[in-house]
Amino acid sequence: MDFDIIIVGGGPSGLTAGIYASRAKAKVLIVNEGSIGGQMVLTHQIDNYPGVESVSGYQLSKTMRQQAKTFGCTIKTGVTLTNISLDGEVKSVELDGKQTFTAKSIIIATGGRSRNLNVKGEDEFKGKGISYCATCDGDFYRDMEIIVVGGGNSALEEAVSLTKYASKVTIVHQFDHFQGYQHAIDEAKAHSKINFMLESRIIEFIGTEKLEKVRIESLNSGEITEMSISGVFIFIGYVPQTEFLKDKLELNSWGEIVVDNNLQTNQKGVFAAGDARVTRTRQITTAVADGTVAALRALDYINQK
Amino acid sequence: MVLGTNLKHIETAAKHNEIINSTENVMVCCGRMGPMCLPVYDIMEDLEDEYTNVAFYDMLFDSPEAHVIRNAPECSNFMGLPFTVYYKNGKLVKATSSIQNRAQITTILDEYFS
Repeated sequence: MDFDIIIVGGGPSGLTAGIYASRAKAKVLIVNEGSIGGQMVLTHQIDNYPGVESVSGYQLSKTMRQQAKTFGCTIKTGVTLTNISLDGEVKSVELDGKQTFTAKSIIIATGGRSRNLNVKGEDEFKGKGISYCATCDGDFYRDMEIIVVGGGNSALEEAVSLTKYASKVTIVHQFDHFQGYQHAIDEAKAHSKINFMLESRIIEFIGTEKLEKVRIESLNSGEITEMSISGVFIFIGYVPQTEFLKDKLELNSWGEIVVDNNLQTNQKGVFAAGDARVTRTRQITTAVADGTVAALRALDYINQK
Repeated sequence: MVLGTNLKHIETAAKHNEIINSTENVMVCCGRMGPMCLPVYDIMEDLEDEYTNVAFYDMLFDSPEAHVIRNAPECSNFMGLPFTVYYKNGKLVKATSSIQNRAQITTILDEYFS
């Protein structure tokens, strides 16, 4: 057996699980596909993490990572999980189609990720007209016309923030109403640079070297129109990163992992923590608590073997 | 002005030119401390031990000195951070815009620097 526990995911729940398990002298591997810290690194400033007056998400991630490494965790980041085996006594993960690591227990802490539109041209024009981060890329669109896709708080608030740069912002949303808070809706509706295309969806991104136009379908009439545009910002919510667990673990209809009070999944020795599991509250503090519980129960599980 | 990563930083255009002309294989990630850039820095930090034939650097996108990357012809259509550029013997051989995963980065390293 290569490790006692493999933790899939390097956000606050995964790192906390790593800290607790490795401090208990378990041999622990954390594998992570994105950035260490997960969605936590997206937060510019955290003011409600107990015991810390104010800290950036990046700094808190760095500290947690360092703590995990100090206690002996092996961390592999930026890897692609190409296979996972959860049944039986020996669990395993395959990384980048090359390396396979085995363990007695696995903790799934994959969190959530921004939802993509999954329409033609989206991958091709990422970074060349399509963005998922207003703070990162907004200033590339000074005095240009852009689209924001989505109808939740993120879309509405980012549309308003993008008016600092863009000459015109069109919010394209599939429903006839918004899901955001009323104050966010009111602010977007009152802004002179923002207009709306409701009950519509983008069906194709078109361009040569960079994005030049989009095809938009009216969900009422079925009419398809083309709009010349310099940029599209996509904010259509988060999904739990559990697609790879279909047919391996019990998931609910939203793709969240079903667990018991000990965060044990329907597979013995497999635990789930953080935003990927069924839960109503998704905060850094709850993720940290989950990581703690999952690590302690995983230790119980391997010690009973 | 430098980024808060564990990578080696390039602070000036002159240093940038000196590095790419004195080192065979160089990867530079030019960005900010944002969500599209951080994963790329993380991956580069991890790859430093694995790709010992490549020199990994970052550069602050908002530094005036970063014009050497911002204004590179290969980056002219880029509208997403970070701008990641790869040099072989001083020549820019590949550039990417926005977030990249480990497999995308190692594919480029293997293709151009192996």
